Amino acid sequence: MWLYAARRILLAIPIAVGVTVICFGLVYLAPGDPVQTLLPPDASQADVAYLKQVYGFDKPVPVQYLKWLGRAVSGDLGTSIQTNRPVLLEVTRALSHTLIVSIGAVLVAFPLAIALGTLAAFHIGRGLDRVATGISVVGVSVPNYWLGIVLVIIFAVQLRALPATGMGPEGSDSFDVTRWSQLKYAVLPVITTATVPLGIIMRSTRAAVAEILSQDFVQTLNAKGLGRIAVLRHAVRNALPQMLAVMGLQFGYLVGGSILIETIFTWPGTGFLMSKAILTRDIPLLQGTMLVLALCFVAINLTVDLLQTTIDPRIKRG
Amino acid sequence: MTDASFPLSLPSGAEDRFAAAPRGYWHTVGRRLRYDYVTLFFLLVVGLIALAAILAPLVAPFDPNKTSMLYRLKPIGYRGFLLGTDELGRDMLSRLIWGGRMSLTMGLTPVAIATSIGGFLGVVAGFAGGWVNMLVMRTMDVFYAFPSVLLAVAISGTMGGGVANGLVALTLVFIPPLCRVSEAATTQIRTRDFVEAARASGASTLSIIFYHVLRNIMAPVFIYASSLISVSILLAAGLSFLGLGVEPPTADWGLMLSTLRQSIYVQPLICALPGVAIFIASLSFNLVSDGLRQAMDIRV
Repeated sequence: MWLYAARRILLAIPIAVGVTVICFGLVYLAPGDPVQTLLPPDASQADVAYLKQVYGFDKPVPVQYLKWLGRAVSGDLGTSIQTNRPVLLEVTRALSHTLIVSIGAVLVAFPLAIALGTLAAFHIGRGLDRVATGISVVGVSVPNYWLGIVLVIIFAVQLRALPATGMGPEGSDSFDVTRWSQLKYAVLPVITTATVPLGIIMRSTRAAVAEILSQDFVQTLNAKGLGRIAVLRHAVRNALPQMLAVMGLQFGYLVGGSILIETIFTWPGTGFLMSKAILTRDIPLLQGTMLVLALCFVAINLTVDLLQTTIDPRIKRG
Repeated sequence: MTDASFPLSLPSGAEDRFAAAPRGYWHTVGRRLRYDYVTLFFLLVVGLIALAAILAPLVAPFDPNKTSMLYRLKPIGYRGFLLGTDELGRDMLSRLIWGGRMSLTMGLTPVAIATSIGGFLGVVAGFAGGWVNMLVMRTMDVFYAFPSVLLAVAISGTMGGGVANGLVALTLVFIPPLCRVSEAATTQIRTRDFVEAARASGASTLSIIFYHVLRNIMAPVFIYASSLISVSILLAAGLSFLGLGVEPPTADWGLMLSTLRQSIYVQPLICALPGVAIFIASLSFNLVSDGLRQAMDIRV
């Protein structure tokens, strides 16, 4: 177990290094001189020369990368062109806002998806299964950025029950989950975000539980007269490790892929930060956000993988 | 040793003892599909959407780019505008038909290109094995470390938006998963006995790849690629929605959704229409792909 954990962590390191290479390469994808993309358009000649020297743009590319990596590791992701603040500061603050919506969506979608998926697996081919399968296909196919707009039209424009955009009244900066006046701003973003994971997790729960139910030991359980609930407990427990992997991946997608929904609800998270960075061509900010989000994604997947081995002693990989 | 020394033919009349010849694979698939009404229905929907997109110049009732100050944001059914008009007075139905042309192209092209590139890389990695496999697959793993939306937005955003950059970004997003599927299928086929037999009988590596490997991995790769079309349509429209794909005044579902957002207080129903189109297209492709996978009995 510990050996496997150590091996798995070691294997994640080259991936993380690869991620930094891609994020570093982003500057070279941008049209024009990389030095110019890292500076405001009205930067003086002295600034350009200074940056060239400090960032090592006069050196070969591998040296530039190592210099950049060294700074990134020490927490220096550069300075935002627009706000002139350190990129790391901007990203971490936005990340905390994104996590509010992502965790909210997890709390809504995951239990519901597991419950519906399990129910569907117990009634395969019958009415309930068809309804659940239908919900999951719709959840996967619906463009959630459109769903967000529809929800705004219904609940904010027509019913005036919920706020359409923003994270709180009058540009409030901290988020207090205990107060409804603040919490109501998160309702629509959370519901919109929850649709895709709901569909995908429901689908994989159904498949996983149905697979367990078709195994011989379940027949034994049924034969010895065990109640439905007890059989269900066995099935879910056996399907859990497999479902955990899907859930971890989905959580990672929620954190990393929040851009469309945050743009619709002007939710000041990492996705919103990215679209702002793209609009203002703030490449250092874009690069930093992407790096932090990708590393989060790697970390989440690693955590899930390790969790899986802890809860399922059958997995003795490595 | 000649064939004659190894009699394989059955005694005469033996064929008659088989009650019915076993059905061919495609025959079975066709039979399964014929009774799968859901898949057939959505196949029809996909066909209609594609037909409307191809025949856009003929079927669209109005010029999709003709603006009119008089007829801005008119409701559904207003004076011959079957689905109303948008914020610049352009006919919504015509724009949705022309938009389908753009959105389908933006959705299908990346999957098609990624299937050929990713499929090729996967076959090479799977067949070569060793360090080539290691190099290709570990590179793909790195791209897997980015959520697809993030990767597509970051690449097209940095490159400065536009249709071409959007297509490049989406293609890059879909290469790793397709490469993985094709590599897994190739690795599986490579160790099978019939490949060994072909090699022993003197077939060259290239002919083994073309004749045995490609034919056997075609189905799983194709089915997997078809399941990506729906994702690709959603992502492509999403890029245009963010202003990173198609540029105005070109009609595109994602872009229309974005420009109509300002008018949700005036004509909420009209503003939701482009999204309905995206939803129907993505749902149809999803269900058709599911149906085909089931009929072909493939697990990816």
